[in-house]
Amino acid sequence: MKFDNPAIEINNLTKQFGKHTVLNNLSFSIPKNKITTILGFSGAGKSTLLKHILGLHQPTSGTVSVLGNDLKSLDPMKLREFRQNFGMLFQYAALFDSMTAVENVAFPMKEFTDFSYEERIKKAQDLLISVGIKEVSFGGLPSELSGGMRKRVGLARGLALNPHIMLYDEPTTGLDPITTKMVNDLIVDTASKNSDRGMTSIIISHDVKATLRISDFVAFLDRGNIVEYLPVEEFKKSTNPLVQEFINL
Amino acid sequence: MVTAQFKKFIEAVGSATIENIQGLGNICQFIFKFFYWVLKPPFRFKLFAEQFYFIGNKSLFIIILAGSFTGMVMAYQTYFGFKLINVDSLVGSVVAISLAKELAPVLSGLIVAGRAGAAMAAQIGTMKVTEQVDALEVMGIDSYQYLAVPRIIASTIALPMLSIVFLFVGNVGSFIVGTVALLIDETMYLSKLGEFMFIGDLVQGIIKATVFGFLIAVIGTYFGFNVTKGAEGVGKGTNLAVVWGMISVLVLDYFLTSFLIQVL
Repeated sequence: MKFDNPAIEINNLTKQFGKHTVLNNLSFSIPKNKITTILGFSGAGKSTLLKHILGLHQPTSGTVSVLGNDLKSLDPMKLREFRQNFGMLFQYAALFDSMTAVENVAFPMKEFTDFSYEERIKKAQDLLISVGIKEVSFGGLPSELSGGMRKRVGLARGLALNPHIMLYDEPTTGLDPITTKMVNDLIVDTASKNSDRGMTSIIISHDVKATLRISDFVAFLDRGNIVEYLPVEEFKKSTNPLVQEFINL
Repeated sequence: MVTAQFKKFIEAVGSATIENIQGLGNICQFIFKFFYWVLKPPFRFKLFAEQFYFIGNKSLFIIILAGSFTGMVMAYQTYFGFKLINVDSLVGSVVAISLAKELAPVLSGLIVAGRAGAAMAAQIGTMKVTEQVDALEVMGIDSYQYLAVPRIIASTIALPMLSIVFLFVGNVGSFIVGTVALLIDETMYLSKLGEFMFIGDLVQGIIKATVFGFLIAVIGTYFGFNVTKGAEGVGKGTNLAVVWGMISVLVLDYFLTSFLIQVL
């Protein structure tokens, strides 16, 4: 599938670690302002693909363009600055354990904006409220928060710099069904709240049920290549045996 | 049978050698990275201050304890040896020179390697396995500059200071034992100290402590960044940081001594 003016465009991307090929001549693009999920079995190359999108890995061959910028053409300092276009929710939130919830969210603003301390804290508090964190938890350390709350704080931190692309790495792994639903609702809610500024959401997941519920587009990655890439309704009807096996597991 | 075993032995020696050379190369790269990032803004004074407080202030008690008892023991040991040849008045100067050139920088280095080196590896290692290091990188913050540089600068500055404290309290301990318990004349003790102790002895110790401080932090942060495989990996990284930190202090002490003796 090809899109006009996509958020991300990947052309003939190959990544080898020694003799092992993880991504194999992969080409596809991700549309702006939509929720796209990259599904796949463990070891299919999802995390490696994510690291290429972020510019944390260099391709063995091929190109990755994000918001019209070929990542290969950016020098390390420019690439670092460019990453401010991304927000990311990590699998286990990856909150800084020496900082409180509000400090975690204010941290990117401290590093990259000229906001005063008061402004940063105010904005961080607003973001925490927007993801459903109550005021009583603002001063809590990550170790004092539940798994679901940590995810919310992680999402608020990811949104702190108004990213153009929000990445979710296995956002529901290890959560109970109720918290899983809450996180999925939060992803949809965040996408819709930020749709006016064209924010793109990319989810890396192997949670089929959630993917089919919240995504606009689904790509299926197998052994380093996209074997199916369709709008979600068409994906459900895919005749690809691998996709069917995955859906019916 | 013997040939197969010999082949295995050669393979094991070969792979261990390659691994160690690679490790050494990685540490050298790690050091070059420090000199690159230390000059680049933003300069993180708050992080430096936090680390300086942790390495310096929080090590002070144990340094004072170790320094005073080392000085006292040295006074006793030296006295009974020197008394046999009737030069017991030199106890103060011999203890002071030993402390200044060797004991203060080396023992302070070993204490800091055990305390702060281990903490650096454990903190950074835990951040690595919980993806906090990745989170910094994704935000566009260089994790090396944020985590390693302030620790290395703090340790490089704090260790010579701790070594001076060690030297001072060691001499106080030696003086008290020498004059109160061993009944050496106070004036004699101090005059011999002034006669045989030179500023070069002090400088030699400070140079050593500075180098040790730098190296301990480089090793601690290096093993922290190279942690893999969860909690087990953090434990292993911490252990390696302490072992290699201490070994480096002892081995480097020999080379620094042989070099500094010629130039100072």
